[in-house]
Amino acid sequence: METAMAFLTGLFFATSLYLMLSKHIIRVLLGVAVLGNAVNLTIFTTGRLTREIPPIIPDDAVVPIDAIANPLPQALVLTAIVISFSFFAFLLVLVFRSYQELGTDDTDEMREAEPVDEPAPPLGY
Amino acid sequence: MRTLIFRTVAPFLSSLMILFSVFVLLRGHNEPGGGFIGGLIAASALAIYGIAFGVSPVRRAIRFHPMALAGFGLLLAAIAGILSIFSHVPFLTGLWIYPKIFGVEVALSTPMMFDIGVYFVVFGSITSTALALEERERD
Amino acid sequence: MATSTAHSVNLADAMVMTPPPMVDYLVVAPLVIGFVFGALCLMTRKNTGRQPFIAITGLVLMLAADIGLFWHVLQNGTVVMTMGRWLPPFGITFAADMLGAVFALIGGIVGLAGGIYALDDVNQTGRRYGFYPFLLLMMSGITAAFLTGDIFNLYVWFEVLLIGSFGLLVLGSEREQLDGATKYAFLNLLATTLFLLAVAYLYGTVGTLNMADISRKAASVRDTGPLFTIAALFLFAFAMKAAAFPVNFWLPASYHTPRIVVSGLFAGLLTKVGVYALLRIFLTLFHVERDMLAGTIAVIAAVTMVTGAMGALAQNDIRRQLGYLVISGIGMMLAGLALGSRTGLSGGVFYAAHSMVVMTALYFLAGIMGERMNGFALNKAGGLYSRMPWLAAIALVLLLSVSGLPPFSGLWPKAYLVKASLDVGAWWLAFAILLTGLMTTIAVGRTFAFSFWRERTGGEAETASPQGAVSGAVVGSLVGLTLLTVAVGIYPEPVIRVTDRIAGELLAPAGYVDSVFPADMTPTQGEGGPQEGETQQ
Repeated sequence: METAMAFLTGLFFATSLYLMLSKHIIRVLLGVAVLGNAVNLTIFTTGRLTREIPPIIPDDAVVPIDAIANPLPQALVLTAIVISFSFFAFLLVLVFRSYQELGTDDTDEMREAEPVDEPAPPLGY
Repeated sequence: MRTLIFRTVAPFLSSLMILFSVFVLLRGHNEPGGGFIGGLIAASALAIYGIAFGVSPVRRAIRFHPMALAGFGLLLAAIAGILSIFSHVPFLTGLWIYPKIFGVEVALSTPMMFDIGVYFVVFGSITSTALALEERERD
Repeated sequence: MATSTAHSVNLADAMVMTPPPMVDYLVVAPLVIGFVFGALCLMTRKNTGRQPFIAITGLVLMLAADIGLFWHVLQNGTVVMTMGRWLPPFGITFAADMLGAVFALIGGIVGLAGGIYALDDVNQTGRRYGFYPFLLLMMSGITAAFLTGDIFNLYVWFEVLLIGSFGLLVLGSEREQLDGATKYAFLNLLATTLFLLAVAYLYGTVGTLNMADISRKAASVRDTGPLFTIAALFLFAFAMKAAAFPVNFWLPASYHTPRIVVSGLFAGLLTKVGVYALLRIFLTLFHVERDMLAGTIAVIAAVTMVTGAMGALAQNDIRRQLGYLVISGIGMMLAGLALGSRTGLSGGVFYAAHSMVVMTALYFLAGIMGERMNGFALNKAGGLYSRMPWLAAIALVLLLSVSGLPPFSGLWPKAYLVKASLDVGAWWLAFAILLTGLMTTIAVGRTFAFSFWRERTGGEAETASPQGAVSGAVVGSLVGLTLLTVAVGIYPEPVIRVTDRIAGELLAPAGYVDSVFPADMTPTQGEGGPQEGETQQ
């Protein structure tokens, strides 16, 4: 099962890297979103995959008796999902706003902060 | 989008969704649910109301600015952590009281308070984003 | 979690039974204060008159808590508190050793200075857009990142400070800002995502997230586990956050775009969180892998500092020049990490502390200069000395301090770093440090000469620049930071004693592990456990 998940995460990473190499900012945004999911799947897989046995300890024991599903990666993934979701929302608004203001989604043409024709510093008094 | 049917249904749908979000929030301690998903449901309720009637009726309906609600939630969550100082346990420890209200034992706890804080943070911040986006569409 | 369950369980196996001393709450106090006052600012969003008052109160209290924590750690050693009563590997641990406490303290000073400077710099619109809530949110994130002892929690705080910094960066939504913010946001988010990926692999290998626990268990998986790969991934992710050479292009693209107070705070705080994380990961957790990567880090450090200084030489805009100086300073700190000796680490940490104060002050200075000169372009600058001689004095102090000339605070860490490099025979690293110092001196000397000594060239027509007095808040925060660098430069012994102790602690991670897991506590095995606090459900 881990092997199949490894291939799946590999596919996710390949997709996101391909998208992020684009110079169009909207594709980069999609790439970042896919990357977040790729990482979440990685966390989930590194926590070892088990069948759905709830991590509940019986009343008369202090440690789980059988092997249980690891609850920690789920908590981590949940936190990471929440964070990447809010970042995606923020970036979406940011990209939309900069597209409106700058009139382009091509990163090569986004030279507002670093103008092409900036003068060299004075070389003498 | 502003059809007659939608505008008639939207208030009922929104109020039901807000009610449901509170239900999801409160069952969250032991069952699927909780502050985050509850807040999302409540925010989508307001988004639906906003699509039907426009943004300013929504702003009027919730009285406070959504970001102020998010701030209130943050404060609530922080206070839920601070309370543990007074019973001399480390920060963010879950504290429980079981008061009897009308003869029914009600379990109140700081994790629940934290969850309510999360609810407001999510509700406030997502609502303000959604309203900002809806407002821009109408420009 | 409810204690009313019928059967009896020995809670002492998994929970803290003795109440922690009151003073230990100091380790979470800065973060709680930040959140509470940030929330209050957010709630009084409309009331832009009252907001600064709440925010400054919050920042002062935060600084007070930082000072208290620093003092406590100085007297009693590492302070540990694990959230929610769980014993360390299960709950989220906050552990403040000297390194974390010192970074938090200086972060608090810089944050307060920024809050005061902003009283004048940020207008009503900026306040309504939420400058102060974002500032407090970012400060909470930064301080908590310095104090947390849990590596996933460190990721969460990185994201919290990132969200705060996004908010500050786009304040005002001008074209230039949106452009800079887009690049900043994407590349920083990519870096934190890579950090999270490294955490995932680390968890898969070691089975724990508590830093002290990782440090303890790393030795047992070192032969079989891919720890070297994980360490390299951490290096890449944090080098990107810290703006080290091949992955630093987001910094010069964005740091000059926001309001000047925001630039100053970013320059003082954000990249240093990356440096802190590198120190923490490579000395407390992976000191063996650090030895293996030391050569790589040294090359990165040398190239970062030299290219940073070269960038500063090539810029016409004063703010962009300062951005490159931030990068050049990062190279110095990485040199300390690469050397890894007691002298080298001491110098690196000292340089980080110096850089936090001086870079912030330099941006504040640039803010006043730009306002008087109607812009930040060097080729149009001039005539400031005749109008504001006192500003020239402050500028000279700060510019000499950043290039590492005596008698200011930049000298001592550089002397330490050069000595440490020569001790291990890395003459080329020492050469790079000295060359950087020379180039920085030329760059900042030129800035000083052109903006202060040269007569204004633009003709009489554009002398319409504002002539009114600079407000007290702006001058106060600038003078405060400047006095700090002068004082540390003239009397460095206490600081050196502290940084030397930090270096000693970093080189002996067993001390950190022992304070999180005291000897009388049974080591609890097994991975995973109930996590409370940050995990939201």
